[in-house]
Amino acid sequence: MSIMRLEIVTAEKIIYSDEVSSVVAPGTAGQLGILPNHAPLLTSLKPGELRILKEDKEVNIAVSGGFLEVLQNVVTVLADTAERAEDIDVERAQDALKRAQDKVNSSDSDLDLERAIQSLKRSQARVYVSKRKRSSASRTKVK
Amino acid sequence: MPSAQQLKRRIKSVDNTAKITKAMSMIAASKMSRAQQMALQSRPYSERMVSLLSDLAAQPQFEDDPHPLLTVRNISKIGVIVITPDRGLTGGLNTGVNRFAAQHILNSGHQAEVVTVGKKARDFFARTSNLKAVFTEIGDRPSPDVVIPIAKVMVDEYIAGNIDAVYVVYSKYINTTVQKPELITILPVQPAVLDQKDRVGYIYEPDSREVLNELVPRYIEMEIYHSILESVASEQSARMVAMRNATDNAIEMKSDLTLEMNKVRQESITSELLDIVGGVAAVEA
Repeated sequence: MSIMRLEIVTAEKIIYSDEVSSVVAPGTAGQLGILPNHAPLLTSLKPGELRILKEDKEVNIAVSGGFLEVLQNVVTVLADTAERAEDIDVERAQDALKRAQDKVNSSDSDLDLERAIQSLKRSQARVYVSKRKRSSASRTKVK
Repeated sequence: MPSAQQLKRRIKSVDNTAKITKAMSMIAASKMSRAQQMALQSRPYSERMVSLLSDLAAQPQFEDDPHPLLTVRNISKIGVIVITPDRGLTGGLNTGVNRFAAQHILNSGHQAEVVTVGKKARDFFARTSNLKAVFTEIGDRPSPDVVIPIAKVMVDEYIAGNIDAVYVVYSKYINTTVQKPELITILPVQPAVLDQKDRVGYIYEPDSREVLNELVPRYIEMEIYHSILESVASEQSARMVAMRNATDNAIEMKSDLTLEMNKVRQESITSELLDIVGGVAAVEA
């Protein structure tokens, strides 16, 4: 099976670096799947879930936006923030989601609303990814 | 001549100072290695960012209608972001950075809007310039989020046309003993010019302009973040060296004082002995 290199970096550090067989990313223009030997591509990302397939295992990472670059079989994700599913504290993520929702409901100015919506989207992505971790964990147990 | 008692007290106080400075130097050393590591770990992100931006900015469709933050304008007023530590005891680091920034503003001959990061820059520029914004308490382990408001102040001013160029002045970390004040231009953004053969020709999604609009603000934030990391590393290494020198000086002072104390004590013993001998001689006579 052909593979490609995936690197997820944030301004702080390298989050993930490995050989993988496919990546599904939340592009601003829609979900996109990347397989090995993809043409050079640069896209911006929206908050969401990055699904990585390595051999038969799936790794889920929550990103809060950024960019994805494909060049010579190397996929580089420049994420604003990135967290692996297992590193997300589910309860805290849900609290943050609730707070973000309250903020969206209570913002009066357009600027505040814009920001609140952004943070709501980020929180939603984190909660979604953190929940997936559980379902995929139970799935492996069944196997 | 101070008495032996007084000298003893001074030795004690010098000794305490040496203990404190030694501890400070050791703390600074450990913080320095962490700061260095942070600067190192942020490098892959910034390297990719730089090359993506250069490729994107070289797209032919931007030649006629360049991005507002990439457009070079005639300068009538400048903006300067000065980054210093919050605390002193760093040798000449803080004054060096502040003077360098002030000198640059003077030399440019333009009016300047100043944004300060760190208390030392604030205290210096509060006296001489009009401060646009003040940021303090960034800490030893700044998260990338701290730069968002800093960048926003300057980008807004630039877009509004109030300033036509933005510089960052910070202390560049060269090695443990050498830190140098450094000035970089962050606005207008000046991407490296690529040769035709170095261009990749990416597929851009949604399109190149959208991606550029997203990329440029992050690029600016990344540049400021990097300057802050360098500044933190410089601060800690400068403090480490300054405190190590202070410790050395204190130890030297302590040995001088001990020598003096011994002399004084010996003299007093000698004179007491002389008194006794003299007294005995007087009685016997």
